[in-house]
Amino acid sequence: MTGEGSGDGVVAVNGLTKRFGPVSAVEDLTFSVGPGRVTGFLGPNGAGKTTTLRMLLGLVEPTSGTATVDGHRYSELSHPARVIGAALEAASFHPGRSARDHLRVYAPQAGVTDARCDEVLDVVGLAQVARRRVGGFSLGMRQRLGLATTLLGDPQVLVLDEPANGLDPEGIVWLRGYLRHLASEGRTVLVSSHMLSEVQQTVDDVVIISRGRLVHASPLAELAARARRSVVVTSPDHEGLQRLVTHRWPTHGTDPEPAPGRVELEGVTAAEVGAAAHAAGLELHELSVREVALEDVFLEMTSAAPAHEEVAA
Amino acid sequence: MIAALRSEYRKTVTTRMWWVLLLAMAGYMAFLGGSMAVALAIDPTAGTGAGDPDVAVTIDPVDLARTVYSIAVTFGYVFPAVIGAMAVTGEYRHQTLTPTYLADPRRGRVLVAKMVATLPVGLVFGVAGAVSTVAAGAGALMLLGESPMLGEPEVLRTIGLSVLALGVWALVGVGFGAAMPNQVAAIVVLLAFTQLVEPLARVFLAVFEATAHVAKWLPGAAGEAVTGASFFSATGMHDLLPWWQGLLVLLGYAVALGALGSLTTLRRDVT
Repeated sequence: MTGEGSGDGVVAVNGLTKRFGPVSAVEDLTFSVGPGRVTGFLGPNGAGKTTTLRMLLGLVEPTSGTATVDGHRYSELSHPARVIGAALEAASFHPGRSARDHLRVYAPQAGVTDARCDEVLDVVGLAQVARRRVGGFSLGMRQRLGLATTLLGDPQVLVLDEPANGLDPEGIVWLRGYLRHLASEGRTVLVSSHMLSEVQQTVDDVVIISRGRLVHASPLAELAARARRSVVVTSPDHEGLQRLVTHRWPTHGTDPEPAPGRVELEGVTAAEVGAAAHAAGLELHELSVREVALEDVFLEMTSAAPAHEEVAA
Repeated sequence: MIAALRSEYRKTVTTRMWWVLLLAMAGYMAFLGGSMAVALAIDPTAGTGAGDPDVAVTIDPVDLARTVYSIAVTFGYVFPAVIGAMAVTGEYRHQTLTPTYLADPRRGRVLVAKMVATLPVGLVFGVAGAVSTVAAGAGALMLLGESPMLGEPEVLRTIGLSVLALGVWALVGVGFGAAMPNQVAAIVVLLAFTQLVEPLARVFLAVFEATAHVAKWLPGAAGEAVTGASFFSATGMHDLLPWWQGLLVLLGYAVALGALGSLTTLRRDVT
Protein backbone atom coordinates (compact mmCIF):
# COMPACT_ATOMS: atom_id res chain seq x y z
CA MET A 1 0.00 0.00 0.00
CA THR A 2 1.16 3.49 -0.76
CA GLY A 3 -0.80 5.03 2.06
CA GLU A 4 -3.82 5.30 -0.19
CA GLY A 5 -7.07 4.50 1.49
CA SER A 6 -5.91 6.03 4.72
CA GLY A 7 -6.54 9.56 3.46
CA ASP A 8 -8.92 12.08 4.93
CA GLY A 9 -11.80 10.89 2.76
CA VAL A 10 -12.63 14.40 1.63
CA VAL A 11 -14.15 14.86 -1.80
CA ALA A 12 -13.31 18.36 -3.02
CA VAL A 13 -14.78 19.97 -6.11
CA ASN A 14 -13.22 23.25 -7.05
CA GLY A 15 -14.31 25.59 -9.84
CA LEU A 16 -15.40 22.56 -11.82
CA THR A 17 -16.71 23.40 -15.28
CA LYS A 18 -17.75 21.26 -18.22
CA ARG A 19 -18.93 22.65 -21.51
CA PHE A 20 -20.17 20.57 -24.40
CA GLY A 21 -19.76 22.96 -27.29
CA PRO A 22 -21.70 26.12 -26.40
CA VAL A 23 -23.71 24.34 -23.71
CA SER A 24 -22.49 24.58 -20.16
CA ALA A 25 -23.34 21.36 -18.30
CA VAL A 26 -21.48 22.25 -15.12
CA GLU A 27 -20.40 25.80 -14.40
CA ASP A 28 -17.85 26.83 -11.78
CA LEU A 29 -19.03 24.31 -9.22
CA THR A 30 -17.34 24.29 -5.82
CA PHE A 31 -18.24 22.19 -2.79
CA SER A 32 -16.70 19.63 -0.51
CA VAL A 33 -17.98 16.49 1.12
CA GLY A 34 -16.61 15.20 4.40
CA PRO A 35 -16.22 11.83 6.10
CA GLY A 36 -18.60 10.32 8.63
CA ARG A 37 -21.62 11.84 6.95
CA VAL A 38 -24.07 10.99 4.24
CA THR A 39 -24.28 13.83 1.75
CA GLY A 40 -27.14 14.19 -0.69
CA PHE A 41 -26.10 15.54 -4.09
CA LEU A 42 -29.35 16.91 -5.34
CA GLY A 43 -30.78 18.56 -8.39
CA PRO A 44 -33.42 17.99 -11.02
CA ASN A 45 -32.68 15.68 -13.93
CA GLY A 46 -30.24 17.36 -16.29
CA ALA A 47 -28.81 19.60 -13.56
CA GLY A 48 -25.33 18.20 -14.14
CA LYS A 49 -25.11 15.71 -11.26
CA THR A 50 -23.94 12.76 -13.31
CA THR A 51 -21.51 14.88 -15.33
CA THR A 52 -20.04 16.19 -12.07
CA LEU A 53 -19.66 12.66 -10.69
CA ARG A 54 -18.11 11.45 -13.93
CA MET A 55 -15.56 14.26 -13.76
CA LEU A 56 -14.79 13.31 -10.16
CA LEU A 57 -14.24 9.73 -11.32
CA GLY A 58 -11.96 10.58 -14.22
CA LEU A 59 -14.44 9.44 -16.86
CA VAL A 60 -15.14 12.90 -18.23
CA GLU A 61 -12.41 15.47 -18.70
CA PRO A 62 -13.34 18.81 -17.07
CA THR A 63 -13.15 21.94 -19.22
CA SER A 64 -11.62 23.60 -16.17
CA GLY A 65 -11.42 23.18 -12.43
CA THR A 66 -10.62 20.13 -10.35
CA ALA A 67 -12.33 17.33 -8.49
CA THR A 68 -10.27 15.34 -6.02
CA VAL A 69 -10.48 12.57 -3.45
CA ASP A 70 -8.01 12.70 -0.57
CA GLY A 71 -6.40 15.54 -2.51
CA HIS A 72 -5.74 13.37 -5.57
CA ARG A 73 -7.34 13.35 -8.97
CA TYR A 74 -8.92 10.00 -9.75
CA SER A 75 -6.41 9.24 -12.49
CA GLU A 76 -3.58 9.65 -9.99
CA LEU A 77 -4.87 6.91 -7.71
CA SER A 78 -2.87 3.73 -8.07
CA HIS A 79 -5.58 1.55 -6.47
CA PRO A 80 -8.76 3.58 -6.92
CA ALA A 81 -11.06 0.78 -5.73
CA ARG A 82 -9.45 0.95 -2.30
CA VAL A 83 -10.00 4.70 -2.03
CA ILE A 84 -13.33 5.38 -3.67
CA GLY A 85 -16.11 3.08 -4.81
CA ALA A 86 -18.64 4.36 -7.28
CA ALA A 87 -21.85 3.05 -8.82
CA LEU A 88 -23.03 5.25 -11.64
CA GLU A 89 -25.82 3.51 -13.46
CA ALA A 90 -27.70 0.29 -13.21
CA ALA A 91 -26.88 -0.73 -16.78
CA SER A 92 -23.12 -1.21 -16.50
CA PHE A 93 -23.18 -4.99 -16.52
CA HIS A 94 -22.57 -7.59 -19.20
CA PRO A 95 -25.92 -9.40 -19.32
CA GLY A 96 -24.25 -12.76 -19.94
CA ARG A 97 -22.01 -12.60 -16.90
CA SER A 98 -23.08 -13.86 -13.49
CA ALA A 99 -23.21 -11.49 -10.53
CA ARG A 100 -20.24 -13.24 -8.94
CA ASP A 101 -18.23 -13.17 -12.19
CA HIS A 102 -19.02 -9.48 -12.60
CA LEU A 103 -17.30 -8.86 -9.28
CA ARG A 104 -14.46 -11.29 -10.07
CA VAL A 105 -13.71 -9.27 -13.21
CA TYR A 106 -12.94 -6.18 -11.12
CA ALA A 107 -11.49 -8.02 -8.13
CA PRO A 108 -7.87 -8.15 -9.40
CA GLN A 109 -7.51 -4.36 -9.62
CA ALA A 110 -9.15 -3.92 -6.23
CA GLY A 111 -6.60 -6.45 -4.96
CA VAL A 112 -9.20 -8.75 -3.45
CA THR A 113 -9.98 -12.45 -3.63
CA ASP A 114 -13.06 -14.37 -4.71
CA ALA A 115 -13.97 -14.71 -1.03
CA ARG A 116 -14.41 -10.94 -0.82
CA CYS A 117 -16.70 -11.09 -3.87
CA ASP A 118 -18.91 -13.58 -2.03
CA GLU A 119 -18.77 -11.43 1.08
CA VAL A 120 -20.05 -8.25 -0.62
CA LEU A 121 -22.75 -10.23 -2.44
CA ASP A 122 -23.89 -11.39 0.98
CA VAL A 123 -23.84 -7.83 2.33
CA VAL A 124 -26.17 -6.56 -0.40
CA GLY A 125 -28.41 -9.62 -0.21
CA LEU A 126 -27.50 -11.22 -3.54
CA ALA A 127 -25.79 -14.36 -2.22
CA GLN A 128 -28.69 -16.54 -3.40
CA VAL A 129 -28.39 -15.35 -7.00
CA ALA A 130 -24.59 -15.03 -7.14
CA ARG A 131 -24.27 -17.46 -10.04
CA ARG A 132 -27.24 -16.22 -12.03
CA ARG A 133 -26.65 -14.15 -15.14
CA VAL A 134 -27.19 -10.42 -14.65
CA GLY A 135 -29.33 -10.28 -17.81
CA GLY A 136 -32.22 -11.71 -15.79
CA PHE A 137 -31.84 -9.29 -12.89
CA SER A 138 -34.43 -6.69 -11.94
CA LEU A 139 -33.40 -3.05 -11.71
CA GLY A 140 -33.34 -3.36 -7.92
CA MET A 141 -31.00 -6.37 -8.09
CA ARG A 142 -28.72 -4.45 -10.46
CA GLN A 143 -28.64 -1.57 -7.99
CA ARG A 144 -27.58 -3.98 -5.27
CA LEU A 145 -24.91 -5.46 -7.51
CA GLY A 146 -23.68 -1.95 -8.32
CA LEU A 147 -23.41 -1.26 -4.59
CA ALA A 148 -21.57 -4.57 -4.09
CA THR A 149 -19.07 -3.50 -6.76
CA THR A 150 -18.36 -0.24 -4.92
CA LEU A 151 -17.71 -2.15 -1.69
CA LEU A 152 -15.18 -4.59 -3.21
CA GLY A 153 -12.06 -2.66 -2.25
CA ASP A 154 -13.44 -1.55 1.15
CA PRO A 155 -13.04 2.12 0.17
CA GLN A 156 -13.19 5.15 2.44
CA VAL A 157 -15.40 7.07 0.00
CA LEU A 158 -18.61 5.86 -1.67
CA VAL A 159 -20.31 7.62 -4.56
CA LEU A 160 -23.74 6.35 -5.55
CA ASP A 161 -25.77 7.81 -8.39
CA GLU A 162 -29.53 7.48 -7.75
CA PRO A 163 -29.07 4.26 -5.76
CA ALA A 164 -32.70 3.98 -4.73
CA ASN A 165 -33.97 3.75 -8.32
CA GLY A 166 -35.80 0.49 -8.82
CA LEU A 167 -35.52 -0.66 -5.22
CA ASP A 168 -38.69 -1.92 -3.60
CA PRO A 169 -39.81 -0.18 -0.37
CA GLU A 170 -38.08 -2.84 1.69
CA GLY A 171 -34.90 -2.33 -0.30
CA ILE A 172 -35.07 1.43 0.22
CA VAL A 173 -35.36 0.99 3.98
CA TRP A 174 -32.41 -1.40 3.91
CA LEU A 175 -30.36 1.00 1.78
CA ARG A 176 -31.02 3.92 4.14
CA GLY A 177 -29.88 1.86 7.10
CA TYR A 178 -26.83 0.60 5.27
CA LEU A 179 -25.73 4.07 4.12
CA ARG A 180 -26.12 5.35 7.70
CA HIS A 181 -24.03 2.39 8.83
CA LEU A 182 -21.28 3.18 6.31
CA ALA A 183 -21.17 6.80 7.45
CA SER A 184 -21.07 5.73 11.08
CA GLU A 185 -17.90 3.80 10.26
CA GLY A 186 -16.35 7.13 9.31
CA ARG A 187 -16.77 6.77 5.56
CA THR A 188 -17.69 9.54 3.18
CA VAL A 189 -20.99 8.73 1.46
CA LEU A 190 -22.15 10.85 -1.47
CA VAL A 191 -25.59 9.95 -2.82
CA SER A 192 -27.17 11.71 -5.76
CA SER A 193 -30.88 12.01 -6.27
CA HIS A 194 -33.31 14.17 -8.18
CA MET A 195 -35.72 14.08 -5.25
CA LEU A 196 -34.92 15.44 -1.84
CA SER A 197 -37.72 13.40 -0.26
CA GLU A 198 -36.00 10.21 -1.40
CA VAL A 199 -32.87 10.89 0.64
CA GLN A 200 -34.29 13.23 3.28
CA GLN A 201 -34.30 10.54 5.95
CA THR A 202 -30.76 9.45 5.17
CA VAL A 203 -28.60 12.47 4.59
CA ASP A 204 -26.79 14.74 7.02
CA ASP A 205 -25.74 17.32 4.45
CA VAL A 206 -27.12 18.51 1.15
CA VAL A 207 -25.42 19.91 -1.92
CA ILE A 208 -28.03 21.22 -4.33
CA ILE A 209 -27.28 22.13 -7.91
CA SER A 210 -29.43 23.39 -10.70
CA ARG A 211 -28.47 23.98 -14.32
CA GLY A 212 -24.88 23.12 -13.54
CA ARG A 213 -24.51 25.65 -10.72
CA LEU A 214 -24.45 25.35 -6.98
CA VAL A 215 -27.61 26.72 -5.39
CA HIS A 216 -27.25 25.51 -1.82
CA ALA A 217 -24.86 23.53 0.36
CA SER A 218 -25.43 23.04 4.07
CA PRO A 219 -26.38 20.53 6.73
CA LEU A 220 -29.89 19.23 6.11
CA ALA A 221 -31.08 20.87 9.34
CA GLU A 222 -30.24 24.27 7.95
CA LEU A 223 -32.30 23.57 4.88
CA ALA A 224 -35.11 22.20 7.02
CA ALA A 225 -35.21 25.48 8.93
CA ARG A 226 -36.35 27.08 5.73
CA ALA A 227 -39.38 24.87 5.60
CA ARG A 228 -42.46 26.70 6.85
CA ARG A 229 -45.38 25.49 8.84
CA SER A 230 -48.89 26.83 8.53
CA VAL A 231 -52.30 26.33 10.03
CA VAL A 232 -55.31 25.72 7.81
CA VAL A 233 -58.68 26.80 9.14
CA THR A 234 -62.08 26.34 7.54
CA SER A 235 -65.43 27.48 8.80
CA PRO A 236 -69.00 27.49 7.41
CA ASP A 237 -69.25 31.06 8.76
CA HIS A 238 -67.24 32.78 6.03
CA GLU A 239 -67.67 36.28 7.34
CA GLY A 240 -67.01 35.32 10.95
CA LEU A 241 -63.77 33.61 9.99
CA GLN A 242 -62.70 36.58 7.90
CA ARG A 243 -63.45 38.96 10.78
CA LEU A 244 -61.47 36.85 13.24
CA VAL A 245 -58.44 36.65 10.97
CA THR A 246 -58.47 40.32 10.06
CA HIS A 247 -58.79 41.22 13.73
CA ARG A 248 -56.22 38.81 15.24
CA TRP A 249 -53.66 38.02 12.53
CA PRO A 250 -53.96 40.63 9.80
CA THR A 251 -50.49 39.89 8.39
CA HIS A 252 -50.35 36.12 8.70
CA GLY A 253 -52.39 35.02 5.73
CA THR A 254 -50.52 33.12 3.04
CA ASP A 255 -53.12 32.43 0.39
CA PRO A 256 -52.75 34.75 -2.55
CA GLU A 257 -56.32 33.87 -3.59
CA PRO A 258 -58.18 32.87 -0.45
CA ALA A 259 -61.25 30.71 -0.91
CA PRO A 260 -64.31 31.77 1.06
CA GLY A 261 -64.39 30.06 4.42
CA ARG A 262 -60.80 28.87 4.29
CA VAL A 263 -57.61 30.58 5.44
CA GLU A 264 -54.03 29.45 5.80
CA LEU A 265 -52.00 31.19 8.50
CA GLU A 266 -48.27 31.26 9.14
CA GLY A 267 -46.51 32.02 12.39
CA VAL A 268 -49.32 30.86 14.63
CA THR A 269 -50.08 27.57 16.29
CA ALA A 270 -53.21 25.51 15.86
CA ALA A 271 -53.89 25.90 19.58
CA GLU A 272 -53.90 29.69 19.33
CA VAL A 273 -56.30 29.61 16.41
CA GLY A 274 -58.53 27.08 18.13
CA ALA A 275 -58.66 29.12 21.35
CA ALA A 276 -59.43 32.33 19.47
CA ALA A 277 -62.20 30.68 17.47
CA HIS A 278 -63.70 29.19 20.62
CA ALA A 279 -63.63 32.58 22.36
CA ALA A 280 -65.33 34.18 19.33
CA GLY A 281 -67.91 31.40 19.22
CA LEU A 282 -66.89 30.52 15.68
CA GLU A 283 -67.75 27.08 14.35
CA LEU A 284 -64.69 25.41 12.79
CA HIS A 285 -64.79 22.47 10.40
CA GLU A 286 -61.08 22.12 9.96
CA LEU A 287 -58.11 23.11 12.02
CA SER A 288 -54.96 21.46 10.76
CA VAL A 289 -51.23 22.01 10.62
CA ARG A 290 -49.70 21.93 7.17
CA GLU A 291 -46.00 21.35 6.69
CA VAL A 292 -44.59 23.19 3.74
CA ALA A 293 -42.59 20.19 2.67
CA LEU A 294 -38.84 20.35 2.42
CA GLU A 295 -39.33 19.07 -1.10
CA ASP A 296 -41.15 22.32 -1.96
CA VAL A 297 -38.26 24.34 -0.60
CA PHE A 298 -35.97 22.23 -2.76
CA LEU A 299 -38.14 22.67 -5.85
CA GLU A 300 -38.32 26.40 -5.30
CA MET A 301 -34.53 26.60 -5.06
CA THR A 302 -33.83 24.54 -8.13
CA SER A 303 -36.38 26.27 -10.31
CA ALA A 304 -35.33 29.76 -9.22
CA ALA A 305 -31.81 29.28 -10.53
CA PRO A 306 -30.71 31.43 -13.46
CA ALA A 307 -31.67 30.27 -16.91
CA HIS A 308 -29.42 27.87 -18.77
CA GLU A 309 -26.51 29.91 -19.94
CA GLU A 310 -25.16 29.90 -23.39
CA VAL A 311 -21.44 30.40 -23.24
CA ALA A 312 -19.64 31.93 -26.16
CA ALA A 313 -17.47 29.22 -27.70
CA MET B 1 -0.34 -4.74 -15.04
CA ILE B 2 -0.77 -8.30 -13.76
CA ALA B 3 -4.09 -7.27 -12.17
CA ALA B 4 -5.19 -5.65 -15.44
CA LEU B 5 -4.32 -8.83 -17.34
CA ARG B 6 -6.23 -11.06 -14.94
CA SER B 7 -9.20 -8.74 -15.16
CA GLU B 8 -9.18 -8.80 -18.97
CA TYR B 9 -8.74 -12.57 -19.08
CA ARG B 10 -11.70 -13.02 -16.74
CA LYS B 11 -13.81 -10.72 -18.90
CA THR B 12 -13.34 -13.03 -21.87
CA VAL B 13 -13.85 -16.37 -20.17
CA THR B 14 -16.86 -15.39 -18.05
CA THR B 15 -19.12 -14.91 -21.06
CA ARG B 16 -20.26 -17.45 -23.60
CA MET B 17 -19.23 -15.59 -26.73
CA TRP B 18 -15.73 -17.02 -26.91
CA TRP B 19 -16.76 -20.64 -27.16
CA VAL B 20 -19.71 -19.91 -29.44
CA LEU B 21 -17.22 -18.31 -31.86
CA LEU B 22 -14.73 -21.09 -31.24
CA LEU B 23 -17.25 -23.77 -32.19
CA ALA B 24 -18.33 -21.76 -35.23
CA MET B 25 -14.73 -21.44 -36.31
CA ALA B 26 -13.99 -25.14 -35.83
CA GLY B 27 -17.07 -26.10 -37.85
CA TYR B 28 -16.38 -23.62 -40.64
CA MET B 29 -12.71 -24.58 -40.86
CA ALA B 30 -13.49 -28.30 -40.95
CA PHE B 31 -15.88 -27.64 -43.81
CA LEU B 32 -13.40 -25.46 -45.72
CA GLY B 33 -10.43 -27.75 -45.01
CA GLY B 34 -12.33 -30.78 -46.24
CA SER B 35 -13.85 -29.19 -49.31
CA MET B 36 -10.66 -27.39 -50.28
CA ALA B 37 -8.71 -30.64 -50.00
CA VAL B 38 -11.21 -32.33 -52.27
CA ALA B 39 -11.22 -29.47 -54.78
CA LEU B 40 -7.46 -29.10 -54.95
CA ALA B 41 -6.76 -32.84 -54.98
CA ILE B 42 -9.18 -33.50 -57.79
CA ASP B 43 -8.28 -30.43 -59.84
CA PRO B 44 -5.05 -28.73 -58.75
CA THR B 45 -5.95 -25.66 -60.79
CA ALA B 46 -9.23 -25.12 -58.95
CA GLY B 47 -9.59 -21.75 -57.40
CA THR B 48 -7.30 -19.94 -59.79
CA GLY B 49 -10.36 -18.42 -61.28
CA ALA B 50 -11.34 -19.61 -64.71
CA GLY B 51 -8.99 -22.56 -64.86
CA ASP B 52 -7.11 -20.45 -67.37
CA PRO B 53 -4.21 -22.62 -68.61
CA ASP B 54 -1.87 -19.59 -68.60
CA VAL B 55 -2.50 -18.92 -64.93
CA ALA B 56 -3.04 -22.47 -63.77
CA VAL B 57 -0.18 -23.97 -61.85
CA THR B 58 -0.05 -27.56 -60.79
CA ILE B 59 0.65 -27.83 -57.08
CA ASP B 60 2.99 -30.47 -55.71
CA PRO B 61 1.63 -32.68 -52.89
CA VAL B 62 3.52 -30.93 -50.06
CA ASP B 63 2.39 -27.50 -51.20
CA LEU B 64 -1.10 -28.82 -51.62
CA ALA B 65 -1.13 -30.11 -48.07
CA ARG B 66 0.29 -26.83 -46.75
CA THR B 67 -2.27 -24.81 -48.69
CA VAL B 68 -5.11 -26.91 -47.33
CA TYR B 69 -3.83 -26.92 -43.75
CA SER B 70 -3.31 -23.16 -43.65
CA ILE B 71 -6.84 -22.45 -44.90
CA ALA B 72 -7.78 -21.26 -41.40
CA VAL B 73 -5.32 -18.39 -41.83
CA THR B 74 -6.63 -17.65 -45.31
CA PHE B 75 -10.34 -17.58 -44.52
CA GLY B 76 -10.79 -18.25 -40.80
CA TYR B 77 -8.80 -15.40 -39.31
CA VAL B 78 -11.98 -13.36 -39.00
CA PHE B 79 -12.91 -15.41 -35.89
CA PRO B 80 -9.93 -14.47 -33.69
CA ALA B 81 -10.15 -10.95 -35.14
CA VAL B 82 -13.79 -10.68 -34.06
CA ILE B 83 -13.18 -12.05 -30.55
CA GLY B 84 -10.32 -9.54 -30.22
CA ALA B 85 -12.44 -6.64 -31.45
CA MET B 86 -15.24 -7.59 -29.07
CA ALA B 87 -12.86 -7.31 -26.12
CA VAL B 88 -13.08 -3.56 -26.77
CA THR B 89 -16.44 -3.06 -28.48
CA GLY B 90 -18.28 -5.23 -25.94
CA GLU B 91 -17.31 -2.73 -23.24
CA TYR B 92 -19.02 0.00 -25.22
CA ARG B 93 -22.02 -2.09 -26.13
CA HIS B 94 -22.76 -3.12 -22.54
CA GLN B 95 -21.53 0.14 -20.99
CA THR B 96 -19.04 -1.81 -18.91
CA LEU B 97 -16.39 0.72 -19.89
CA THR B 98 -17.43 2.76 -16.86
CA PRO B 99 -16.58 0.10 -14.25
CA THR B 100 -13.52 -0.86 -16.29
CA TYR B 101 -12.08 2.66 -16.18
CA LEU B 102 -13.15 3.02 -12.56
CA ALA B 103 -11.10 -0.07 -11.76
CA ASP B 104 -8.16 1.24 -13.78
CA PRO B 105 -8.19 4.87 -14.92
CA ARG B 106 -5.02 4.39 -17.00
CA ARG B 107 -6.70 3.80 -20.32
CA GLY B 108 -3.59 2.98 -22.30
CA ARG B 109 -2.76 0.23 -19.85
CA VAL B 110 -6.27 -1.18 -20.18
CA LEU B 111 -5.84 -1.40 -23.96
CA VAL B 112 -2.40 -3.01 -23.71
CA ALA B 113 -3.79 -5.48 -21.15
CA LYS B 114 -6.61 -6.31 -23.55
CA MET B 115 -4.10 -7.06 -26.30
CA VAL B 116 -1.82 -9.17 -24.13
CA ALA B 117 -4.69 -11.06 -22.48
CA THR B 118 -6.31 -11.71 -25.86
CA LEU B 119 -3.18 -13.37 -27.30
CA PRO B 120 -3.70 -16.71 -25.48
CA VAL B 121 -7.38 -16.60 -26.44
CA GLY B 122 -6.31 -16.05 -30.06
CA LEU B 123 -3.90 -18.96 -29.79
CA VAL B 124 -6.73 -21.20 -28.55
CA PHE B 125 -8.68 -20.12 -31.64
CA GLY B 126 -5.55 -20.89 -33.65
CA VAL B 127 -5.35 -24.40 -32.24
CA ALA B 128 -9.05 -25.00 -32.82
CA GLY B 129 -8.84 -23.65 -36.37
CA ALA B 130 -5.69 -25.59 -37.22
CA VAL B 131 -6.85 -28.86 -35.67
CA SER B 132 -10.23 -28.84 -37.37
CA THR B 133 -8.74 -27.79 -40.73
CA VAL B 134 -6.04 -30.45 -40.60
CA ALA B 135 -8.40 -33.18 -39.36
CA ALA B 136 -10.93 -32.54 -42.12
CA GLY B 137 -8.31 -31.78 -44.77
CA ALA B 138 -6.14 -34.80 -44.03
CA GLY B 139 -9.20 -37.02 -43.82
CA ALA B 140 -10.41 -35.84 -47.21
CA LEU B 141 -6.97 -36.31 -48.78
CA MET B 142 -6.73 -39.86 -47.45
CA LEU B 143 -10.21 -40.71 -48.69
CA LEU B 144 -9.11 -39.56 -52.13
CA GLY B 145 -6.04 -41.74 -51.92
CA GLU B 146 -3.63 -38.83 -51.51
CA SER B 147 -1.03 -38.68 -48.77
CA PRO B 148 -1.93 -36.21 -46.02
CA MET B 149 1.81 -35.36 -45.79
CA LEU B 150 1.57 -35.03 -42.01
CA GLY B 151 5.11 -36.42 -41.63
CA GLU B 152 6.68 -33.59 -43.63
CA PRO B 153 8.49 -31.08 -41.38
CA GLU B 154 7.54 -28.24 -43.72
CA VAL B 155 3.89 -29.18 -43.40
CA LEU B 156 4.08 -29.40 -39.62
CA ARG B 157 5.83 -26.04 -39.52
CA THR B 158 3.04 -24.47 -41.54
CA ILE B 159 0.44 -25.91 -39.17
CA GLY B 160 2.33 -24.62 -36.12
CA LEU B 161 2.81 -21.17 -37.61
CA SER B 162 -0.84 -20.98 -38.60
CA VAL B 163 -1.69 -21.21 -34.88
CA LEU B 164 0.67 -18.30 -34.23
CA ALA B 165 -0.77 -16.25 -37.12
CA LEU B 166 -4.32 -16.74 -35.85
CA GLY B 167 -3.21 -15.73 -32.34
CA VAL B 168 -1.75 -12.49 -33.68
CA TRP B 169 -4.98 -11.89 -35.60
CA ALA B 170 -6.76 -11.60 -32.25
CA LEU B 171 -4.39 -8.71 -31.41
CA VAL B 172 -5.21 -7.04 -34.72
CA GLY B 173 -8.85 -7.43 -33.72
CA VAL B 174 -8.25 -5.66 -30.38
CA GLY B 175 -6.52 -2.79 -32.20
CA PHE B 176 -9.35 -2.60 -34.69
CA GLY B 177 -11.95 -2.56 -31.93
CA ALA B 178 -10.12 0.34 -30.28
CA ALA B 179 -10.16 2.25 -33.56
CA MET B 180 -13.83 1.41 -34.23
CA PRO B 181 -15.60 0.90 -30.88
CA ASN B 182 -19.12 0.55 -32.28
CA GLN B 183 -19.64 -3.20 -32.06
CA VAL B 184 -22.02 -3.65 -34.96
CA ALA B 185 -19.94 -1.44 -37.25
CA ALA B 186 -16.72 -3.16 -36.22
CA ILE B 187 -18.05 -6.66 -36.91
CA VAL B 188 -19.62 -5.66 -40.23
CA VAL B 189 -16.42 -3.97 -41.38
CA LEU B 190 -14.28 -6.90 -40.23
CA LEU B 191 -16.48 -9.40 -42.07
CA ALA B 192 -16.63 -7.28 -45.21
CA PHE B 193 -12.92 -6.55 -45.24
CA THR B 194 -11.69 -10.05 -44.51
CA GLN B 195 -14.20 -12.01 -46.57
CA LEU B 196 -14.67 -9.68 -49.52
CA VAL B 197 -12.55 -6.54 -49.76
CA GLU B 198 -9.13 -8.02 -49.17
CA PRO B 199 -9.62 -11.16 -51.31
CA LEU B 200 -10.89 -8.99 -54.16
CA ALA B 201 -8.12 -6.45 -53.65
CA ARG B 202 -5.55 -9.21 -53.83
CA VAL B 203 -7.01 -10.49 -57.07
CA PHE B 204 -7.18 -7.06 -58.69
CA LEU B 205 -3.85 -5.80 -57.40
CA ALA B 206 -2.26 -8.94 -58.85
CA VAL B 207 -3.57 -8.09 -62.29
CA PHE B 208 -1.31 -5.07 -62.75
CA GLU B 209 2.44 -5.35 -62.54
CA ALA B 210 2.78 -1.98 -60.80
CA THR B 211 0.48 -2.98 -57.95
CA ALA B 212 1.21 -6.70 -57.77
CA HIS B 213 3.79 -6.25 -55.02
CA VAL B 214 1.38 -4.22 -52.88
CA ALA B 215 -0.88 -7.18 -52.22
CA LYS B 216 1.60 -8.98 -50.01
CA TRP B 217 1.50 -6.10 -47.50
CA LEU B 218 -2.22 -6.46 -46.91
CA PRO B 219 -3.00 -7.93 -43.47
CA GLY B 220 -4.52 -11.16 -44.78
CA ALA B 221 -1.51 -11.76 -46.99
CA ALA B 222 0.82 -10.99 -44.09
CA GLY B 223 -1.00 -13.56 -41.96
CA GLU B 224 -0.63 -16.16 -44.67
CA ALA B 225 3.01 -15.26 -45.05
CA VAL B 226 3.54 -16.33 -41.42
CA THR B 227 2.48 -19.84 -42.35
CA GLY B 228 4.56 -19.80 -45.53
CA ALA B 229 1.64 -21.09 -47.54
CA SER B 230 -1.28 -19.43 -49.13
CA PHE B 231 -4.26 -20.39 -51.12
CA PHE B 232 -3.67 -17.25 -53.16
CA SER B 233 0.06 -17.65 -53.69
CA ALA B 234 -0.20 -21.39 -54.31
CA THR B 235 -2.52 -20.55 -57.13
CA GLY B 236 0.13 -18.24 -58.52
CA MET B 237 -1.65 -14.99 -57.87
CA HIS B 238 1.05 -13.17 -55.98
CA ASP B 239 4.04 -13.88 -53.79
CA LEU B 240 4.29 -13.67 -49.99
CA LEU B 241 6.65 -11.98 -47.56
CA PRO B 242 9.14 -14.14 -45.63
CA TRP B 243 7.37 -15.58 -42.55
CA TRP B 244 9.03 -13.30 -39.99
CA GLN B 245 8.32 -10.22 -42.06
CA GLY B 246 4.72 -11.34 -42.34
CA LEU B 247 4.60 -11.64 -38.55
CA LEU B 248 6.05 -8.16 -38.09
CA VAL B 249 3.64 -6.65 -40.60
CA LEU B 250 0.68 -8.30 -38.87
CA LEU B 251 1.89 -7.10 -35.46
CA GLY B 252 2.40 -3.69 -37.06
CA TYR B 253 -1.27 -3.60 -38.03
CA ALA B 254 -2.24 -4.45 -34.43
CA VAL B 255 -0.01 -1.74 -32.99
CA ALA B 256 -0.99 0.89 -35.58
CA LEU B 257 -4.71 0.29 -35.06
CA GLY B 258 -4.23 0.30 -31.29
CA ALA B 259 -2.31 3.58 -31.51
CA LEU B 260 -5.06 5.07 -33.66
CA GLY B 261 -7.60 3.94 -31.07
CA SER B 262 -5.66 5.45 -28.19
CA LEU B 263 -5.43 8.77 -30.01
CA THR B 264 -9.16 8.83 -30.74
CA THR B 265 -11.46 6.45 -28.86
CA LEU B 266 -9.51 6.35 -25.60
CA ARG B 267 -9.46 10.12 -25.26
CA ARG B 268 -13.20 10.48 -25.40
CA ASP B 269 -15.31 11.20 -22.36
CA VAL B 270 -17.13 8.17 -21.03
CA THR B 271 -20.71 9.31 -20.58
